[in-house]
Amino acid sequence: MKSFSEVKEILLSTFGEEVILGEGANSTPKSLLVKADQIDLVCKELLQNPGTYFDLLSCLTGLDNGPEKDTMEVIYNLYSIPFDISLMLKVEVPRKDPHVPSVSHIWSTANWHEREAFDLLGIHFTGHPDLRRILMPADWEGHPLQKDYTEPERYRGMETVRNEEE
Amino acid sequence: MQQNGQSNNAGVIVSKLEDLTNWARLSSIWPMGFGLACCAIEMMGSMASGYDLDRFGVVPRASPRLSDVMIVAGTVTYKMADRVRRLYEQMAEPRYVISMGSCANCGGPYWEHGYHVVKGVDKIIPVDVYVPGCPPRPEALIGGIIKLREKIDGESLIAPKGLINAMKQNA
Amino acid sequence: MPEVQYSYHKDNLAKSEPNIYHKGNLRSEEMVINIGPQHPSTHGVLRLEVVTDGEIVVDVVPHLGYLHRCFEKHGESVPFNQVIPFVDRMDYMAAMNNEHAYAMGVERMLGIQDQIPKRVEYIRVLVAELNRIASHFVAIGTYGLDIGAVTPFLWVMRDREHILRMLEWVSGARMLYNYIWIGGLFYDLPVGFEERCAQFINYLKPKLKELDDILVNNKIFIDRTANVGVLHRDLAINYGVTGPMLRASGLKFDLRKVDGYSVYPELNFNVPIGKGEKGQLGDCWDRTWVRAEECKESVKIIEQCLAKLHGEHKRSKAFDPRQVVPKKIRPKAQDLYVRSENPKGEVGFFFRADGRSDIALRCKARSCCFSNLSILAELSKGHMVADLIAIVGSLDLVLGEVDR
Repeated sequence: MKSFSEVKEILLSTFGEEVILGEGANSTPKSLLVKADQIDLVCKELLQNPGTYFDLLSCLTGLDNGPEKDTMEVIYNLYSIPFDISLMLKVEVPRKDPHVPSVSHIWSTANWHEREAFDLLGIHFTGHPDLRRILMPADWEGHPLQKDYTEPERYRGMETVRNEEE
Repeated sequence: MQQNGQSNNAGVIVSKLEDLTNWARLSSIWPMGFGLACCAIEMMGSMASGYDLDRFGVVPRASPRLSDVMIVAGTVTYKMADRVRRLYEQMAEPRYVISMGSCANCGGPYWEHGYHVVKGVDKIIPVDVYVPGCPPRPEALIGGIIKLREKIDGESLIAPKGLINAMKQNA
Repeated sequence: MPEVQYSYHKDNLAKSEPNIYHKGNLRSEEMVINIGPQHPSTHGVLRLEVVTDGEIVVDVVPHLGYLHRCFEKHGESVPFNQVIPFVDRMDYMAAMNNEHAYAMGVERMLGIQDQIPKRVEYIRVLVAELNRIASHFVAIGTYGLDIGAVTPFLWVMRDREHILRMLEWVSGARMLYNYIWIGGLFYDLPVGFEERCAQFINYLKPKLKELDDILVNNKIFIDRTANVGVLHRDLAINYGVTGPMLRASGLKFDLRKVDGYSVYPELNFNVPIGKGEKGQLGDCWDRTWVRAEECKESVKIIEQCLAKLHGEHKRSKAFDPRQVVPKKIRPKAQDLYVRSENPKGEVGFFFRADGRSDIALRCKARSCCFSNLSILAELSKGHMVADLIAIVGSLDLVLGEVDR
């Protein structure tokens, strides 16, 4: 049974303080903040290191913090089946033109999860083999889950609200 | 029929041609299985053994080209809207549409924040019968089919619906 | 009569969901078959773009999004306790399990997870396991329907009607319940429910054996599904596949045992894993067999819950299932990931609360069927088109959860 502090020690000794920026506050399971452009190396280490072996990427979430804070985040929920430990990794990128390295070559789960984050939030994943919209139509404009998103007036001629007739 | 097997009318029945064709059409409404979401499961449940729809002459068919009614069961999204329209165009006249469930009627629980939900399938195709519910019970769907039968009963052979619609569009 | 507003153009379909394969990247002997969103055996609105070389499948590209109902936007715009009906409609075959996961997550955020009365927990597990049986019945029944067996489908729908009537007696609705609330339940079980449920379980046990005889051990079914779509365990974990699919590939991983949430640690049940009896380990037959065995384990769990609900945690006039339901749901600022075992896999919710309102800042649903579907291309390369239908049926998809 590993613990969170052992995993943090392994990562700090491999990557150092500039990449592992610290612990996230108030999260269940415990989380680590990681520098955005090194996330794929950190994830590769977490999978391949026999001391940690995080083999299941449960969930990859994109998050928009809104135009005031002007950041977007990507949150990775990892789980190690042999060691029974969960870990959360958080990555922060600026809201204009966000780019995060893709981890789809490490866990194939991430392939579709990253496509969904791109589709709904507009976060670009560099190195992704096939980044295109997955849930919305290919000719939809805008990324719906952003905080300042407004619906279009009409799509294919249909009004997006239902006006009741008299 | 008298006891020796002969009948009074010598085997001749007099009726209106309209009544006969309407009776033939309403007794064998064949829907296209177009289940989209949760209402599809209730539609499957109403076609299965508990609430048998086969006793009404309703046999689900896979292709739109040989079905009479399209039961739109479930939420229609903008991505699916093009396909719904195409399938409706592929059905042959006389064709009817039953909108099942509140998502197909008016957008349902997703009316307020659903950016990808069409607020009612009648924005895409003309609907004949609306069945409310979320999801409607199988008895409600059977009620909707009975209402459709009553509607077909009142149709006229001289002025079929398709011709009237085409004339309205050209006018 | 409301007016039809849709404007037609012949390029509409190609613009909204273009094909990946076209004349430029196909060899001359390959062809593209479209198993379109309206199809009797795609279990919903799923579009598969299948590239075949004769009858052998070369590549499958699933196209999703035809049922994207914006659950995450509702999670960000609607208070926590009002999201429960939307959570229901994600995986509509097993609505109680989804509600259970969501309610557990918000209760952990509020810190009230230890104050929930034991009777409430046992009732939650009881309805969740009944819903697990109902979901597996539809999975096995429609799988038989795809393969060509109509009778097992009618038999399981008849038994599922009994379960739906009981759940309607409990919660008021046949399929989408809104029963498990944050901090408790909507109502207590009706009087006489425990006896009726025990009668139903006695009725169901021989029916499960009948299902085994007619479908799972049927020679035609075995010939269609054994050695088809073999899923190796490491590939499954890498693709994020969980639930009966992972257990059929030989890994004993069930979140009810691993995490031990709710009252599952106090209950006694086994976790069936695939053994490769009729073919290779991890083929379609193993997955169906695991689901049929899980129905039997659920029956055991229900019997134990009923014993507890008759015994230690009997109903009493003083018991109020809503006593711990908070009036104002305002969790402190935090991130939380909660996961639970849905009949189809691991369903997880990621919450971000900001401590200032009763609406979540972000509510992401990790859906099991989304990850389970991503492995379809790997599984079906080299099989024939009829085997592709068998593989899609064994994935046990619910498109409401794939698209959310």
